[in-house]
Amino acid sequence: MATVVLSSIAKSFGPTKVLGGVDLDIADGEFLTLVGPSGCGKSTLIRIIAGLEHQDAGSVAIRGAGVDHLRPHERRVAMVFQSYALYPHMSVRANIALPLTMSRLKLRQRLPLVKHLSPGRREILRGIEADVGAVASQLQLDHLLDRKPAQLSGGQRQRVALGRAMVRSPDVFLMDEPLSNLDAKLRVHMRTELAELHKRLGATFIYVTHDQVEAMTMSDRVAMMDSGSILQLGTPSQLYEKPASLKVAQFIGSPAINLLPASVAAGGRLELFGRPLALAVDEAPGRSVTLGIRAEALSLSHGEPGSAVFSARLRRKENLGSEYILHFDLAGRDAAAGVTMRASPATAAGIHEASEVTLGFDESAAHVFGADGERIEPRGQGAATGSVVPLRA
Amino acid sequence: MAMAALATPASFASVARRRRWIERVTGLGFAMPALVLLLLTILLPLGALTLLSLTNYEFGGTDMDWVGLKNFQRALADPIIRRSLVNTLVYVAIVVPGGVLGALLIAVLVHRRKQTRSFYEVIYFLPVTSTLIAMATVWQFLLHPSLGPVNALLKWLGFAPVAFLSEPSTALATLAVIGIWQLLGFNMILFLAGLTAIPRDLYEAAEIDGCAGGIDRFLTITWPLLGPTTMFVLVTTMITAFKIFDTVAVMTRGGPVGSTEVLLYNIYLEGFQYFHTGYAAALTFIFLTFILVFSVMQTFALDRKVHY
Repeated sequence: MATVVLSSIAKSFGPTKVLGGVDLDIADGEFLTLVGPSGCGKSTLIRIIAGLEHQDAGSVAIRGAGVDHLRPHERRVAMVFQSYALYPHMSVRANIALPLTMSRLKLRQRLPLVKHLSPGRREILRGIEADVGAVASQLQLDHLLDRKPAQLSGGQRQRVALGRAMVRSPDVFLMDEPLSNLDAKLRVHMRTELAELHKRLGATFIYVTHDQVEAMTMSDRVAMMDSGSILQLGTPSQLYEKPASLKVAQFIGSPAINLLPASVAAGGRLELFGRPLALAVDEAPGRSVTLGIRAEALSLSHGEPGSAVFSARLRRKENLGSEYILHFDLAGRDAAAGVTMRASPATAAGIHEASEVTLGFDESAAHVFGADGERIEPRGQGAATGSVVPLRA
Repeated sequence: MAMAALATPASFASVARRRRWIERVTGLGFAMPALVLLLLTILLPLGALTLLSLTNYEFGGTDMDWVGLKNFQRALADPIIRRSLVNTLVYVAIVVPGGVLGALLIAVLVHRRKQTRSFYEVIYFLPVTSTLIAMATVWQFLLHPSLGPVNALLKWLGFAPVAFLSEPSTALATLAVIGIWQLLGFNMILFLAGLTAIPRDLYEAAEIDGCAGGIDRFLTITWPLLGPTTMFVLVTTMITAFKIFDTVAVMTRGGPVGSTEVLLYNIYLEGFQYFHTGYAAALTFIFLTFILVFSVMQTFALDRKVHY
């Protein structure tokens, strides 16, 4: 059972605090992604799990046993680096074989010249060769075994790095932005391959990325990090549908969530651009809040009575083929603030650039965030939402 | 119509020829300055040297005769030249491994220091910046049989004093140690540059893959990736070692009993003390051939094993 348990991990580099007491329980066989902007501490955290970095406080337990005193190779974890870190002077075969050479051969069997005197070395080498072959064929690397890393494409190098990680059959795979050096198309392809590999191996995967799409598409759970702490931990849909804070809402989802300033009126009812909404919160009147509305929650409103609407001017259409992303300026308001909306090609065809339209949104799909950025549950949310007029229906 | 008449296949061919010609002339023009420099600084002197080596010219003399390969025959038969050749090879055989491996060891150790690294770099580099002739005086004092601190230390440890520079059995080895001392700093800087170029990722990957000990780390990552640096250091160290002259000229003058006579010192004696310019040219030719052969051998032998 390769569970990984982190308890109050703290780490500073000199005066810079990188991690401030991170707690995280990772289940056996789980695919957990640490996602966050650069500098949020996610890479440091994975390096602490690997044993490449030592935490100032807290402890790491793998398989239920503390590993803080163990060196990286004794923790039975494998790591895939962003740069792949393949040994440039070794063939693909030797690269993949290295972890086995190190663990199965004794020092005297590895030393130059002396190694030839050691009995039993050949049998061990044959075993290693067989294991390398098995891993290579799983990753379709058989025909590349004699090449040097410099002779491989980015995707092939990536696979060699995976092979080197797999060959020891570790309980935990640590991956530090493994796809960020690949081109866009290959990245999409490798996402699928990694997810399938995870399913096939059944090992625990801890995956670090700054790309929320990778986090959303592959993970069982996502831990969104910022400034050295975990902002929210949950399944991809939990993070998308119920972001715990403004930062999470802004980071997860593409195009980025639309943020609209709203205020609390009498009785906790929210007001958007001076118009009252059906949404109400338990906040004092006069407080300002932020409404987060996903691009797909927006739609064209045709003046239905009592709907949450505002006017906007189309700035640009972005054609994605299957759909359009429409960029609007909020007419007559802060020019910097704009909103994006997903639209079908048919809807997009009906709007011309610079034309003014009325946009509406499903109020039950709106997220409310307080001035501190924390999520505020609207009153009566989850119960019957009769007072909210679903505009799309 | 006129256009069609102009564009005949023949005129196309002549245009292409013209363009090729212009390209060739332009290319030669670009190569010319380098070629002239090469001629003036290397090829012409080398030619002059070769011609001189075939004569019995004496410096200041007004005439000379062609003697063919006689100078070379004489040199190869001369016991003094043979001895100096053997001495040079022995010196090279001590200085090259000592200067390369020692520098590598120091570089690996210094590379790990964080705060004190530049301090050590400066210390080890100091001998490179100092003139060896000035330093030779210091060495002479250090190694003096009765006054020197080295012998004082030996005596204190209970050993008999050693006359390092006046004992035929130790003189050459002592000069070799001084030669190593002078080379270490420069080679260390080269190795440090090589070490810095090795990505840290590789060491981390190796640590996870089980290269836990220093020996494994060195054999798996450091040594192979220092290949190009090592090759460069090896060849330059060898050439420098072949050129041993100043310590001999200042400290031992080839003595005691010819035990530190080396090739370059003999060339100097023949050319500038006895004014046998033709003979000295032949010796220089032999000297250059040795350096060339050794450098080419090393380069070819190592080139196949080195990963770039």
